[in-house]
Amino acid sequence: MVGSTETIVGVFAHVDTTVRALEELKAKGYHDLTVYTPVPVHEIEDVVERDRPVSRVRLFTLLGGLTGAFSGFMLTIWSAMQWNLVTGGKPIASIPPFVVIAFELTILFGGIATLIGMVVLGRLPKLRPSPAFDPRFTRDRFGVAVHCVPGRGGSVREILGAAGAEEVKTV
Amino acid sequence: MRPPTFADVNRDVLRTLEPPGNRYFAWMCVVALILSAGILFWAGQVWWGIGMAGKRVPQMWALYITTFVFWIGIGHAGTLISAVLYLFRARWRTSIYRAAEAMTIFAVMTAGLFPLIHAGRMWFAYFLLPYPNQRYLWPNFRSPLVWDVFAISTYFSISTVFFIVGLVPDVAALRDASTGWRRRIYAMLALGWEGSDTQWRHYRRAYGLFAALATPLVLSVHSVVSWDFAMALVPGWHSTLFAPFFVDGAIFSGFAMVAVLVLPMRHFFGLHAYIQDRHLDAISKLILVTGLVLTYFYVCEIFTSLYSGDHIEKASLFWKVTKTYAWALWLMYFCNCVAPLVFFVRKARTNPVVIYVVSILVLIGMWFERFNIIVPSLGHGFYPYAWGIFVPSATDTGILIGSFAWFFLLFLGFIKVMPSLSIVEVKETLPPPMRDKGHGGQH
Repeated sequence: MVGSTETIVGVFAHVDTTVRALEELKAKGYHDLTVYTPVPVHEIEDVVERDRPVSRVRLFTLLGGLTGAFSGFMLTIWSAMQWNLVTGGKPIASIPPFVVIAFELTILFGGIATLIGMVVLGRLPKLRPSPAFDPRFTRDRFGVAVHCVPGRGGSVREILGAAGAEEVKTV
Repeated sequence: MRPPTFADVNRDVLRTLEPPGNRYFAWMCVVALILSAGILFWAGQVWWGIGMAGKRVPQMWALYITTFVFWIGIGHAGTLISAVLYLFRARWRTSIYRAAEAMTIFAVMTAGLFPLIHAGRMWFAYFLLPYPNQRYLWPNFRSPLVWDVFAISTYFSISTVFFIVGLVPDVAALRDASTGWRRRIYAMLALGWEGSDTQWRHYRRAYGLFAALATPLVLSVHSVVSWDFAMALVPGWHSTLFAPFFVDGAIFSGFAMVAVLVLPMRHFFGLHAYIQDRHLDAISKLILVTGLVLTYFYVCEIFTSLYSGDHIEKASLFWKVTKTYAWALWLMYFCNCVAPLVFFVRKARTNPVVIYVVSILVLIGMWFERFNIIVPSLGHGFYPYAWGIFVPSATDTGILIGSFAWFFLLFLGFIKVMPSLSIVEVKETLPPPMRDKGHGGQH
């Protein structure tokens, strides 16, 4: 990959200038962008997420939850069958009390699967920082990193500068 | 007052992590000493046996389960703030939610000790877990006590996950603002968080899902705890009222504890720009509302008992209200029903001293509520020859006081190593920086 693309980073102090730069870049056909923000901001999300599918984390949650419900019922019913002791004249596999266990395991497995989903899809843990990252991005600055073919850098710099970037750098 | 900027938030939160002064260490020493005394009492119980805890038939639950339910209840406010209020988009939650979540984790960690201490030979506590064994014996899943094991461990796991996930972007901000060994530790804990659009996208979705999962969980946990009692036939316990009654009481006491922790934090760290009067007002209102709902439940409890026409039930109630433990019952009514009424006055809702005093009264009242549910009910069951009075011993009282020290030790440690104010969530409620002011500041 080295040499085939170059990355230009624009550092912005304001949300509206960041949005302007993103709109301009998208209009000019630059879609390989990474946006760094200290907090999620709706205005920026609206532009970035426009042509992306919804995060697949929810799929992890659903599968985890279903696994939990299933294993909750399996554990309780199967273990009750291991020692067929009738108590209180109730059936061996008495469903109502087992719902409590199934419910708790649904939440537990669903939650853990959501965590796994977030870590896997968000590519965490990230062992070394990306070259475009700047410590200011966790404080109060917004970053737009454009990955483009070598030679287009000039036009990208121009767009970022015109939109109001405080600083434009090549990494 | 000018609202803080994004950079101000980072600066102010970092300020809370500066090396503490002598007063902080003095507090730590006091708390550690009390905790050591509690540990000594516990060691004595392990050495000489569970009889040290003053337990006699029929009072086998006594102070340990009272304190267990009390601490589990304290935990509820944290999840309510971080999950339920998140889903309702109540924006005032942002400045107190981190402290409240930490409180939840520490309260559940404290609560979790009590069933183990109460088990006496706590090294056999693993019997409660379902694990394959050569005798094909499994826990009885029809028992509310086993539901409780599942409910509490799920609650602890999910609250911890929620808490850690919320910390990740904040710890990344700390990493970028600190140097030396602190930076290396924070870098490890931040998992390489950079705040890129992909990371935020999955993070936000996951956070919403955690909130959606934790909301039914928070309501279920104290319901399950209440069924430890309500499933039994003991007069005074056998009631369908118990689940909502416990959940409401839990939130009530939890908010009182939030106030007890957050008010000194605001004072000593100078966080008045973030924890404002309107936040105190909201906390007080919640204490007032849950207190009124609790009063309603107390009335219902007495009414159903009288209206049932059941002699044993009525005798149990009569005994509670007028005999040995009547002082505890009336103290509870005063603390939980009368004291919070002060919050009908607008000025009282923003006065830190008033809030502090009422919150402590509420905590005392809620501890006694659990005492009144457990001790007098067990002491006045169906058979007169099985009635009995419980008198606390030095051991269980010492362990009870030690549990507060353990809780405060964890919390005091936490506020000096982790951001006790959420950097990201506080920034989210501030107007985002705009160059062109006409563009609109709010989102």
